[in-house]
Amino acid sequence: MAAVAARELRDGEVVFVGIGLPNLACNLARATHAPNLVLIYESGAVGAVPERLPVSIGDPALVTGSLMVCGMADVFQLFLQNGRIEVGFLGGAQVDRYGNINTTMIGTYERPAVRLPGSGGAAEIAVHAQRTLIVAKLNPRAFPERVDFVTSPGQRCGARSRRELGMPGAGPVKVITDKGVLEADAATGEMVLAALYPDVTADDLQAGVGWPLARRERLGAVTPPTETELRVLREVLDPRKLYLKA
Amino acid sequence: MRDAVARFVQDGDTVVIEGFTHLICFAAGHEIIRQGRRDLTLARLTPDLIYDQMIAAGCARKLVFSWAGNPGVGSLHAFRRAVERKSAGTLEIEEYSHFGMVARFSAGAARLPFWPLRNYMGTDLPTVNPRIQSVTCPYTGEALATVPALNPDVTIVHAQRADRAGNTQMWGLVGVQKEAAFASERVIVVVEELVEEQVIRSDPNRTVIPGFIVSAVVAEPWGAHPSYAQGYYDRDNDFYVAWESISRDADKLARYLDEFVYGVPDRAGYLKKQPGLAARLKANERLSQGVNYGF
Repeated sequence: MAAVAARELRDGEVVFVGIGLPNLACNLARATHAPNLVLIYESGAVGAVPERLPVSIGDPALVTGSLMVCGMADVFQLFLQNGRIEVGFLGGAQVDRYGNINTTMIGTYERPAVRLPGSGGAAEIAVHAQRTLIVAKLNPRAFPERVDFVTSPGQRCGARSRRELGMPGAGPVKVITDKGVLEADAATGEMVLAALYPDVTADDLQAGVGWPLARRERLGAVTPPTETELRVLREVLDPRKLYLKA
Repeated sequence: MRDAVARFVQDGDTVVIEGFTHLICFAAGHEIIRQGRRDLTLARLTPDLIYDQMIAAGCARKLVFSWAGNPGVGSLHAFRRAVERKSAGTLEIEEYSHFGMVARFSAGAARLPFWPLRNYMGTDLPTVNPRIQSVTCPYTGEALATVPALNPDVTIVHAQRADRAGNTQMWGLVGVQKEAAFASERVIVVVEELVEEQVIRSDPNRTVIPGFIVSAVVAEPWGAHPSYAQGYYDRDNDFYVAWESISRDADKLARYLDEFVYGVPDRAGYLKKQPGLAARLKANERLSQGVNYGF
């Protein structure tokens, strides 16, 4: 997943980095095809070059050697709301048919079965980043038809489009999963099957999604991680396997 | 610290201990717990372990926040027990996103009643928080979201250094501390080192909070642990990981508070119980190049 996400990033882009797999993906891209990627963390580090894998989004290694450190008012107003962020990464406990994300709670708000951390910067990243990439493992409970709570808006809210609602960014354009990649359909806003990992069938993808999954006429084939990508991930970026499993 | 908390933190206050991962003043939180403050409204972007501890200790009536987790690890379980109604007592919550909380402090610091932001369209946050409103721009007609000013009774800021008058310098991640301090009625500054005024004057661009808005200055080395102070000590990630199992069990959490908060008189006592911290976490040296302030 980290390698597939990394390939979505183009050299020189300005990326708002989240912790975990997105962080691995961004640093992998920087170590391979995108050395000029500008990593911005919501904690205020701009142009970060972390020498160790940050455990948190506010790790001191994000500051050491970075291009700029600014306050969070600047992060959200001068960078994000200003439209300077080209790519945002989001994950969540639930992702629905239209790419709406829930990181707030499962159940009802007043008496949640599971209380999750909440938005953090995710709501505004989903509104403002020029495009967002969702990274999440497939599982029908994690991919319901409708999320219990919209923390971060996707392509449709009710029946209304992002443009009607006045959102500047394009929203979630891709969902990178552990079995394949979904893409937002331009006409309907729905997340549809676009590409499969090796040895995975469209039925495998459908089994992990709680709505009837539409698919592109021609499905792409995701190339497995190269030796270089694996070596950088396993030996350089995450040797202690904080985020890489198996 | 004892005097500063006794004098400037009262029952029922809105209390902000800010710091985004960096410079979170655990020493002040522990002193508030020891002094048994009650009915506090605790506000912060990321409640972090310190507010989880204060919620467990019964200090909080209400929590105002935007991301309540243990970064990179998992949950704040005392918070979750309270919100999922699995523990006694009630905890009111008022929830925003990070941008919303930052905007609330910006409004408070500028002494404006609210702050506009282009946000929250399509999200369910305004449906559960009626204080997120909207306004029509008088110039363009655009509908903009608004959040109300947040003006705490007291804000506690940890920093690397200050002089005796409270002129405070910090570097590394500076979060929203400047806005929170200027928004607040009272400000307590806690520092790793007290320095001479001349040190502050030699590098004025690094000053974030001027002494004349500060109510009290406390020198408390390692006062941010298990959070960190850039250039002084690293974040104690092992403790953040350990908090998952400590906080998951209410009895274990209570025993932690008994030993490391109630069981010590002050931060020096807390440090004495953990003699290996400096060897494990002391920062290495990465000095900046100086600049010429001459004219």
